[in-house]
Amino acid sequence: MSALATLKRRQSRLAYAFVAPAVLLILLIYIGPMIAVVLASLTDYTLISDYWEWVGFDNYIKMFGDAQFGNALRNTAVYAAVFLPCAFVIPLWLAISIQKRKRFRSFFEILYFMPVTSTLTAMALVWSALMDSRQGILNEWLGNIGIGPVNFLGSPEVVLFSLAGISLWAIIGFNMVLFIAGLTAIPRSLYDAARIDGADHPVDEFLRVTWPALAPTSVFVAVTSSITAFKLFDTVAILTQGQPAHASEVFLYLTFLEGFEYFNMGYAAALSVFFLGVIFVFALIQTLMADRAAQ
Amino acid sequence: MSDLTHTPAVSLSDRIMGALSRVTPGRIIVTLLLLLGAWLMVFPFLWMLSSSLKPTSEVFDSDFTLWPKTFAGWQNYYDVLVTQPYLRYLTNSMIVCVGILVVQLATAVPAAYALAKLKFRGSTILLGTVIACLTVPINVTSIPIYLGLVKAGLLDTYLSMMFPFLVSVFAIFLFRQFFRAYPDSIIQAARVDGFTEIEIVLRLILPAAVPAAAAFSVFSFVSHWNDLYWPLIVVQSQEKMTATLSMMQYRSTFDINYGRTFAAATVVTVPMLLVFLFARRAFVRGITMSGVKG
Repeated sequence: MSALATLKRRQSRLAYAFVAPAVLLILLIYIGPMIAVVLASLTDYTLISDYWEWVGFDNYIKMFGDAQFGNALRNTAVYAAVFLPCAFVIPLWLAISIQKRKRFRSFFEILYFMPVTSTLTAMALVWSALMDSRQGILNEWLGNIGIGPVNFLGSPEVVLFSLAGISLWAIIGFNMVLFIAGLTAIPRSLYDAARIDGADHPVDEFLRVTWPALAPTSVFVAVTSSITAFKLFDTVAILTQGQPAHASEVFLYLTFLEGFEYFNMGYAAALSVFFLGVIFVFALIQTLMADRAAQ
Repeated sequence: MSDLTHTPAVSLSDRIMGALSRVTPGRIIVTLLLLLGAWLMVFPFLWMLSSSLKPTSEVFDSDFTLWPKTFAGWQNYYDVLVTQPYLRYLTNSMIVCVGILVVQLATAVPAAYALAKLKFRGSTILLGTVIACLTVPINVTSIPIYLGLVKAGLLDTYLSMMFPFLVSVFAIFLFRQFFRAYPDSIIQAARVDGFTEIEIVLRLILPAAVPAAAAFSVFSFVSHWNDLYWPLIVVQSQEKMTATLSMMQYRSTFDINYGRTFAAATVVTVPMLLVFLFARRAFVRGITMSGVKG
């Protein structure tokens, strides 16, 4: 009995040694900074001056009255409204079309997945060259069918659509692979059973079997894509810097500007807390919908 | 080819007829759409490679050719790799990504084993914390971490570039799921045989964790190689610039030498494309494992 107790004590001491480095780093990298960012959001701290004081909820009050904040949220919403439906439907269609094929399946998988791994910052430069308003090859193609020229990145009305297009190019393969994994996990017997019930048309089969069985994957794809949309940053930073006329200034880019260009740390902290709130809402939606999908 | 020579001609023609009978207008349209989509996916890469071999005057030439009319490839790549500090940038990216990965694995594997197989007080709280932190992106914690690094005088060092990523809660969670599936009976048997807990981890658990670790490694390496946000915040000098960050030098105003610009873009992009082509299965597994967690 006492030997067992010794073993247990030894095991738990060992467990603490095993988790200690990870716990220390989680405290330093996650817990500490999360408490600090909430506290900082209640101050008027700027990196430029050492003097600061508590200002209560002033930063949050300022935020909801701030025209730039409203503009950034609106831009993010427009961008997401273009990006999200395409980022869901196109990969789903691709996954269904590719998964059935024996030949060429990995050929298509490789080609569609290539943009996911590539360095978006570098590829954004390529896209801006392709989208050039005067000499770009996209405008040349459009010109051939009598459209354009379109000022893809320089026009306030078009820029969010262009950025959504680049993001789609980068994410389609990722979501497609997730859908393929989901499709592969659907047991064949479900399709056989549906066929006996008279579902022989592909659309019938999709509505009766594929769509319900794919629900957990769909929820996951929808939520992660929404978070990705909300985190749009790289292409804005390298291609437009929020221009023209703040038309591409999206939420995360505004937070970055406030914090690391203007050094309004207190206000940027409030924006970060808002951001965290949004992410938590998405996580909550995912958990709730995943539970329902599982039933 | 050998397959064809061994098969009688009759069955070959049968196979062709069989394949033809499955061709319907619907299938042809779907295939054409798939090919068109694939072309759109790949075209930016082809355009980049092609432009990196061209002289400036030809990059925006209105009649685009895949192969340059005047070949300037040697000159462009010589400029990028020898005259410009791109080898330095690539080395920096390499150092940061390898450093991050080594520490992530070294902290996550033991912690995940303890969470999966050992009993200790606080394990539930720790697991809950890990899962809660999964949703917190660097963008939320960047301000306090940045201020801390400023106060510590660590800006523009490799440590500051790696710091926020030294622990991966995703790795801990992933490995914990993986280790939980490892049969307890084997661990018990090893204990009876006199294996110490550390020997169990090193000789039984680690070898079994290789597929998960490989998938995670590719995932971690690629995401930190491609990261722009954090290097943009902490890197200040050319000496510490990463390959991805170096692309910011071209923002809005391009290098006047377009061919050279796209040679640089190619040099930055190619390493991760190679990783993908050679470690495709591990990579896709890494992605889908992240999908499973939902």
